[in-house]
Amino acid sequence: MTEVAVNNVWKEYDGQAVLERVNLDVAAHSFISIVGPSGCGKSTFLRMLLSQETPSRGQILIDGQPLPPEPTEERGVVFQRYSVFPHLTVLQNVAFGLEVKAAPILGRLFGAKRRALFEQCREIIAAVGLEAAQDKYPAQLSGGMQQRLAIAQALIKKPKVLLLDEPFGALDPGIRADMHVLMLKLFEETGLTVFMVTHDLKEAFHLGTRLIAFDRYKTRPEEIGVYGATITFDLTLDRACAGQKKEAMAELQDKVAFPAAV
Amino acid sequence: MARRLINRHPSRIGLLYLGLLPFVILIGLYATGSSLRLAANPNDKLLPGLATLAEAIVRVAFIPDHRTGDILLWADTAASLTRLGLGLAVATTLALVVGIANGILPYVRAGLSPVVAVVSMIPPMAVLPILFIIFGLDELSKVVLIVIGVTPFLMRDLQARVMEMPAEQLIKAQTLGASSWQIVLRVVLPQMLPRLIDSVRLSLGPAWLFLISAEAIAAEVGLGYRIFLVRRYLAMDVILPYVAWITLLALLSDLALRAATRAAFPWLEAGRRAS
Repeated sequence: MTEVAVNNVWKEYDGQAVLERVNLDVAAHSFISIVGPSGCGKSTFLRMLLSQETPSRGQILIDGQPLPPEPTEERGVVFQRYSVFPHLTVLQNVAFGLEVKAAPILGRLFGAKRRALFEQCREIIAAVGLEAAQDKYPAQLSGGMQQRLAIAQALIKKPKVLLLDEPFGALDPGIRADMHVLMLKLFEETGLTVFMVTHDLKEAFHLGTRLIAFDRYKTRPEEIGVYGATITFDLTLDRACAGQKKEAMAELQDKVAFPAAV
Repeated sequence: MARRLINRHPSRIGLLYLGLLPFVILIGLYATGSSLRLAANPNDKLLPGLATLAEAIVRVAFIPDHRTGDILLWADTAASLTRLGLGLAVATTLALVVGIANGILPYVRAGLSPVVAVVSMIPPMAVLPILFIIFGLDELSKVVLIVIGVTPFLMRDLQARVMEMPAEQLIKAQTLGASSWQIVLRVVLPQMLPRLIDSVRLSLGPAWLFLISAEAIAAEVGLGYRIFLVRRYLAMDVILPYVAWITLLALLSDLALRAATRAAFPWLEAGRRAS
């Protein structure tokens, strides 16, 4: 169970503020949906959680500890694309995280050890529904299957925090609904803390236990660059309560002013 | 309805005939030109007739040379292919190490990338005299010329390919706990090997160029040496088969490398079929 604290974080590029005064306390086992118009810094925020970028000011704590300066095992990630290794099969992709741990020099195992490790991976491959495809290469999988693989690959390391950057953005609506079911199941089973950036408000409300929106509060052209975006909307969601979601969605669409069905 | 020209494709047999046609025309042109010249002057050496060519081929490819006892074509081929193979092997190994290190390690890139860029601009033929002075006229200077000629290109190309890799993959590998070394070994290297082989295929032309140049200037055996040797006697009947033979060797090595890529990297084929 992992808590995340974001304390007064700023991000500036060449003196241009992208994010400012971001403060957030996330309880353990939360599913945080992050929404906002394009260019509002939500992906930047996710990259900072990943240590792909560092805050210009302020700090981020995971379980009270400052973030390490580079990506580590405690934070898993699924990107919209290029999340899996094209030269490895499904099974090898999932086993990768365990293999590099077991074999520091060669990065891979051989013989009986390798077979035993692959056996360990089958459970999670089955959990994401890829048993039949375990010897295929990513290029032979559909977009949805590739994302399932990316999720399995990240989860096998049992990260404390899972970061999702528009993970279902490139998928067909039907496939996306399947992925939502899978994601909710895995979220409940693993006790993870999840951050998901999405363009899809419905998805954000459906999956999240809490929803935050980033936006610029100063929008005059001469002010852009001086003032960054920050959290303008923060709502705890009750999965059981559909009425609350509808109201909040309507309110958010007015407030954040971005198209509903992107 | 008649289709546009850009939508019309030849059948399989059509492909074969169309592909062979230029060769047939070239051979026909040669035979005609040759017989015209020979009719005017039976001693003409410039365009020897097909029978003379065949005779010369038998002489160099099947009958031992009366002076050395070797069959010339095979001795030359073995010498040249050894030099070419050694040169390319060394160049590929160097390029693999430096190219990947330059692509993935910012500190190595800062130190080596500029010098590789400058060295790649040196015309290799201009340093051949230096190589002869330093390494002597033996095998080594020829191998080194090939290495100097193709390595900088291979290094720069591989560096660019490594830097083109999606950042997502490297980040993902880090979140899965891989060290820098493991990322190189398990993520970068396997994906770069087929790219490197592709670049080596492109380097085959320059490599042959450097080989034949070096052999032409100083050698005792080799395909390039032989061509330049018999040039003194206007022996077109030997030069032409040698050129055809070199072309065939280059073509076969290109095809072999392509086949090796397909067999060794099944994931690449999977991607090609899918896209």
